Amino acid sequence: MSKPLKQIHLAAHFPGVNNTTVWSDPAAGSHIEFSSFAHFARTAERAKFDFLFLAEGLRLREQGGKIYDLDVVGRPDTFTVLAALAAVTDRLGLTGTINSTFNEPYEVARQFASLDHLSGGRSAWNVVTSWDAFTGENFRRGGFLPQEERYSRAKEFLATAHELFDSWRGDEILADQATGTFLRDAQAGAFVHRGQHFDIHGRFNVPRSPQGRPVIFQAGDSDEGREFAASSADAIFSRYSTLKEGQAFYTDVKDRLAQYGRRHDQLLILPAATFVLGDTDQEAAELARWVRRQQVSGATALKHLEFVWNRDLSAYDPEGPLPDVDPVVSEDHISRGRAQVRMYRDPVAIAREWRQLAEANKWSIRDLVINTGNRQTFVGSPATVAQTINDFVQADASDGFILVPHITPGGLDPFADKVVPLLQEQGVFRADYQGTTLRDHLGLAHPDAGTGTADAPERAVS
Amino acid sequence: MSSTPASHLHLAVALDGTGWHPASWREPVARPRDLFTAGYWADLVAEAERGLLDLVTLEDGLGPQSSHFLDPDDRTDRIRGRLDAVLVASRVAPLTRHIGLVPTVVSTHTEPFHISKAIATLDYVSTGRAGLRVQVSGRPNEAAHFGRRTIRRIEAYDSPAAQDVITELFDEAADYVEVVRRLWDSWEDDAEIRDTATGRFVDRDKLHYIDFEGRHFSVKGPSITPRPPQGQPLVTALAHQPVGYQLVARQADIGYVTPRDADQARALVAEIRAGQQAAGRAGDTLHVFGDLVVFLDDSRAQAEARRDRLDALAGEPYTSDARIFTGTATQLADVLEELATGGLTGFRLRPAVAGHDLPRISRDLVPELQRRGRFRDAYEADTLRGLLGLARPANRYAASVA
Repeated sequence: MSKPLKQIHLAAHFPGVNNTTVWSDPAAGSHIEFSSFAHFARTAERAKFDFLFLAEGLRLREQGGKIYDLDVVGRPDTFTVLAALAAVTDRLGLTGTINSTFNEPYEVARQFASLDHLSGGRSAWNVVTSWDAFTGENFRRGGFLPQEERYSRAKEFLATAHELFDSWRGDEILADQATGTFLRDAQAGAFVHRGQHFDIHGRFNVPRSPQGRPVIFQAGDSDEGREFAASSADAIFSRYSTLKEGQAFYTDVKDRLAQYGRRHDQLLILPAATFVLGDTDQEAAELARWVRRQQVSGATALKHLEFVWNRDLSAYDPEGPLPDVDPVVSEDHISRGRAQVRMYRDPVAIAREWRQLAEANKWSIRDLVINTGNRQTFVGSPATVAQTINDFVQADASDGFILVPHITPGGLDPFADKVVPLLQEQGVFRADYQGTTLRDHLGLAHPDAGTGTADAPERAVS
Repeated sequence: MSSTPASHLHLAVALDGTGWHPASWREPVARPRDLFTAGYWADLVAEAERGLLDLVTLEDGLGPQSSHFLDPDDRTDRIRGRLDAVLVASRVAPLTRHIGLVPTVVSTHTEPFHISKAIATLDYVSTGRAGLRVQVSGRPNEAAHFGRRTIRRIEAYDSPAAQDVITELFDEAADYVEVVRRLWDSWEDDAEIRDTATGRFVDRDKLHYIDFEGRHFSVKGPSITPRPPQGQPLVTALAHQPVGYQLVARQADIGYVTPRDADQARALVAEIRAGQQAAGRAGDTLHVFGDLVVFLDDSRAQAEARRDRLDALAGEPYTSDARIFTGTATQLADVLEELATGGLTGFRLRPAVAGHDLPRISRDLVPELQRRGRFRDAYEADTLRGLLGLARPANRYAASVA
């Protein structure tokens, strides 16, 4: 071997409001109580994971004008949970999705800088963007953002936040009790930003945090999204969990870095992945089939088809054949507040393809959804899963994975107990944390490296 | 429910930086270099909990602290910068068991939807000990940090134009609290059903759109966060003038006021009670706490000497909106008992030097009040509502359906 083995990055996504979560399992716990989050985070930290990830929602999902009730509904506030988790962990990175459309840069920058201080340098921001008026109905601005402006606002939002983070160099606080100089620089935090989306100026009031800025994550697969990640992100969440697709995505995104003067290792590619473990590969495969049936009830299958057909399909039998009518193509969608809807760009073609698939395989509606929907990424014995993950990373299909268990909060424990030790034995995953910040775990440079921060106040680790 | 005897007073402590005196950071106990660490705040809140206090409030603002009321300054001899108060409260919550955590929230520039779920979540992470202190901002520089509205400059406080601005900010704050409260109720307590037979996780008939329409914003709802453990976390506000007393009367569970003496306390309490009645809330428990800045030492002379020393370091005498007390814990207990005759049900003490005066509150004042039968000997409840004798409220939407 000429090339040294790549080190795998692992993270855990607290499963949220989607049909991967098997809430009906007797082992499933609360999705709201802090004890669930604390258990999940402690397991991830015990396994030496890089970070924990929380998604966000700002409007309950609806279908056909009614609140969607078949998946987990409801979740706590991202920032507040992450701050509390900083108290029950010491090293684990704390990554939260925060929408750039329904927030303002000054407030979000304050919250991330505060979280970074309060966690001793473990915060990360998954920048997402939204344009829909549906979510906007919960906010002062209302529904307002033209779709074509979503990335321009996101980019300017992130750039503005960086200006705020950078408005403190890190050496301004002297706090000399003898001479009475608290601030070395009366202008600490001064900023001016004049742009298309934000015209703000003044003084940022959170001193520079341990990481300087939070680590920046980006999720989104469009060309614009890939470009945004290549220009501005430290890591990208992708959804390509097959080897070939993963390699294609990996190459495409990493090749975009050079034009922004960035190296290959300055952007990590981390697909979301699910897993089902068994004592043997066969046992795992059986369990995986059972999990899929739990995830896709008859009612869930019909609702899933409605994403594509965009019409009420409640009269159909989920154990029967697919609807013989075509989807309704319309700007108005029966399903609102769901990211998946955007995945189906040509619903009529998809419906035709699905009908053909179902006829050829003699699948019912439910069979089709089970067989075409999100499959478990890694299914097998701990040895098989460890090997597959390692092969994937060494073949440059990703730099690691964000694991999404189907049971909350205990679903991560078997992975921590059985798969992680095998990866550690192979020398491809850390046996212990080497640093204290999330940038340390991810191998990312500190934005302040090389600048004078020697007089910055000591930082608490926890 | 609380078993607090009526004779007991409630005690809160207001945490801000290294204390309320601007030179407090120069005291040896002050730890100014730790201000931006979690450990600093955890230690202060643990000290307050050691004293069995009802709650701590955490100051905040959407701009740097200033020695001017409306404008920023360029001083380098005072603390500048602070962490987001909601996140500080949340960071401390898992490290404490009983004490209430009440961060400041600025209603003028933030979103009620975000704050509603943040405080609901603080209530979950603290298992029922969350509240908020709502505050308006009339500072032009803070408006410029957001850039989406300008606030007419307040020149002279008593001018009609200034009163219009202030009234508008407080009206907006009242709407804001109304939205936050409706969102807390937008899930009925038993909305999560996990009905495996029908595959339904929630009973959506128990989730409610709040459909709030006001002058400054409209909010559809429901919340994304289920109803918090207390049902309604505590809403608190500091008030110095009639529009503030009306906000307290209409929307708060605790109002903080700044009376000089028992007579003034009596007048303020009467005004708030009248407003409470007018708002149709006569049956609700509404606490009115007196705010005092405290310098506590073994003798009054020592306390005064300390205040003089800090004033000299600050370069000017310390003044405050609240009465400033200098003396011993016994003397402070006398003052609190006297003020309580004006109808105050508790006090929010602002330690002049957090590292000095907070331990004096928890270790000297509290035992003195206990000796007098005016303060609890142990935490009698697990929730902040419980400590304050407030019942868990019924859900407004459930009640309207029934």
